[in-house]
Amino acid sequence: MKSTAHDFKENVVTAMAKPNLRRAMARLETTIGPQRIAARAALPEYDALCDQATDIKNHVLAHLDVYLERFEAKVVEAGGEVHWCRTPEEARQTVLRLCRSVEARTVTKGKSMIAEEVGLNEYLEANDIEPIETDLGEYIIQLAGQPPSHIIAPAVHMTREEISDLFFDKHRKYGRTKRLEEPSELVNEARELLRHRYLEADVGITGANFLIAETGSSVIVTNEGNGDLTQTLPQMHIVIASLEKIVPTLEDATTLLRVLARSATGQEFSVYTTFSTGPRRVGDSDGPGAYHVVLLDNGRSAMLGTEFQDMLRCIRCGACMNNCPVYASVGGHAYGWVYPGPMGAVLTPSLIGLEGTHHLPNASSFCGRCEAVCPMRIPLPKMMRHLREQAFEQALVPAAERACVRLWAYLAKRPALYHLATGLAARVLGAWGRRRGAFRRLPLASGWTAGRDLPAPQGRTFHSLWRARRARAAEKA
Amino acid sequence: MASAREDILAVMRASLSRRDGDGAAAEASERLSRHAVNLVPERTRLPRAEQLALFVDMVEQAAATVTQVASDADVPGAVADYLAQHNLPSNVAMAPDARLSAIPWESQPLLSFRRGPAEEADEVGITGAFAGIAETGTLMMTSGEGRPTTLNFLPATHIVVLDEGGIVAIYEDAWSRLREASRVPDIDSGWQMPRTVNFVTGPSRTADIELVPALGAHGPKRLHVIIVAGRDGAR
Repeated sequence: MKSTAHDFKENVVTAMAKPNLRRAMARLETTIGPQRIAARAALPEYDALCDQATDIKNHVLAHLDVYLERFEAKVVEAGGEVHWCRTPEEARQTVLRLCRSVEARTVTKGKSMIAEEVGLNEYLEANDIEPIETDLGEYIIQLAGQPPSHIIAPAVHMTREEISDLFFDKHRKYGRTKRLEEPSELVNEARELLRHRYLEADVGITGANFLIAETGSSVIVTNEGNGDLTQTLPQMHIVIASLEKIVPTLEDATTLLRVLARSATGQEFSVYTTFSTGPRRVGDSDGPGAYHVVLLDNGRSAMLGTEFQDMLRCIRCGACMNNCPVYASVGGHAYGWVYPGPMGAVLTPSLIGLEGTHHLPNASSFCGRCEAVCPMRIPLPKMMRHLREQAFEQALVPAAERACVRLWAYLAKRPALYHLATGLAARVLGAWGRRRGAFRRLPLASGWTAGRDLPAPQGRTFHSLWRARRARAAEKA
Repeated sequence: MASAREDILAVMRASLSRRDGDGAAAEASERLSRHAVNLVPERTRLPRAEQLALFVDMVEQAAATVTQVASDADVPGAVADYLAQHNLPSNVAMAPDARLSAIPWESQPLLSFRRGPAEEADEVGITGAFAGIAETGTLMMTSGEGRPTTLNFLPATHIVVLDEGGIVAIYEDAWSRLREASRVPDIDSGWQMPRTVNFVTGPSRTADIELVPALGAHGPKRLHVIIVAGRDGAR
């Protein structure tokens, strides 16, 4: 997928002007938020499970090369194949080659963020293979020609009226001429129209929530069952996954599963968790005849051993974005690439480079909620701070801003000078703004005053007021 | 040019400062062969009878329904009642599974069966289950001879016949039983996962439109579990 993260500031302005978006995003806070808290409260061991899940992924990352080799050997033992891909280009080509090997015309797809990362749909379409998204949210945004705006609820930015209009417009060609309004009716229409597509597809592509080294299995977690119809009915199942999805054993996967649904949707457990191992066996009466795992690196192996290694623990539950005030205001599209919210603000620059993405780590008030809710204990604010530092060092920040930060740093390291300068500024601005009590316009602060007034200081700094108060208190004593 | 595989592994080993003989491979082997059970929620540590009650409670919380019957002889009647109650057709697609074949279906002559994987027109499917997991009311289905996976997903109504003895406390118990039941002598680990293992917790659902929950997204709209008392279900 092509990044528009460099336009983050413009994207935000556009997003903030959409009233529908604000309404749609507000729902995250009123639904998923409380559900996650309730699920956590219902399981006394939740926090201890998160700690253990974190330890499991840390262990995996420290042994990733070894576990990947074990995983590959088990896939081969079960009759499947693993395809290692350094870049999105290699992954796209591999999938196309596999599809062509069975002369595929249509491909059904379960939800996969890695497929988004490599831009798979556009590539297949350009090569005359029709990709059909089957997750309801993905199906909706595919019809609308949009990228996902949330990693587990791809169409969360849309209202039911927008989806109703979309179905009315796009489903007419299938003889559906009634405008539907209720979510349950819309769900049912998509169900009916997709049913046949599963049966006629030549290849089914799914992502993976986990890859299990012990058994060579890929795991998908869904609520709809679309991923299962996608992988069971066609003659070939292709799994596209990034290589940090590995876990050692079934027991380790189980611990992570206990944490995943609770953090993601607040469910005790998702409806469908499916472990797929190789192609159908002798004696099986259904299932795919071929099984391939396309394993994408795309810069992840180079993140190991760096300050950003912890990001590779992420299990894509979406809790960080569900609890982020910035994400709730601007929605996922503003982030400009596959991964939005706090995890995207860290992962996107790590994968595609800070140049062109350096605004993303600034999309944070550092309130710390993302870190507090992360089941994998990923220190997201700290990483955003590291990225801000790197952007500064690499001169990606505009010269004027850099000069201001330098000046501030110079003063902050010299307290006497700092107090003198701030005291002077407070007095001057206080005198200047006394009559109105606020500034409508102020040189060098137009970014602030364009949208709101800047209150005028009252003439003295906090430090000088504090000193005066201490002096008074000492006198009394 | 080195292959992508060698390149990726080389970058990884450099990033991790991996040295030959640093014990990483041995540590991994040890963890894989021990497959130790991690932390288990306390609420699952219950006497046998209460485990069954927890399972039923959790299945119902997940928007599925349960009937408990005393023996195989009562299963056909329970199926017929359920179909009549929901106004469903009496022709049913059934897994050609030995366990299901042992049930005296002829006692309900109005029911008709097609045995095999699911087809597009099937409205009702009946399968067995390898296990029921009390912790979250989860059914575990395994693919194999006589156990097609499509029956778990394609028909709009899914009826599952589960032996009471198949109910376990936690997922880990089900994994141990599966390792035991899937022995393959000529491979190193001594067993092999079936092609597909499905954990199913309630009927299909989605909240992709305005986060409003709706049942029956792509998989079954209805899930009904018939628990047969007094049989040791592990296969």
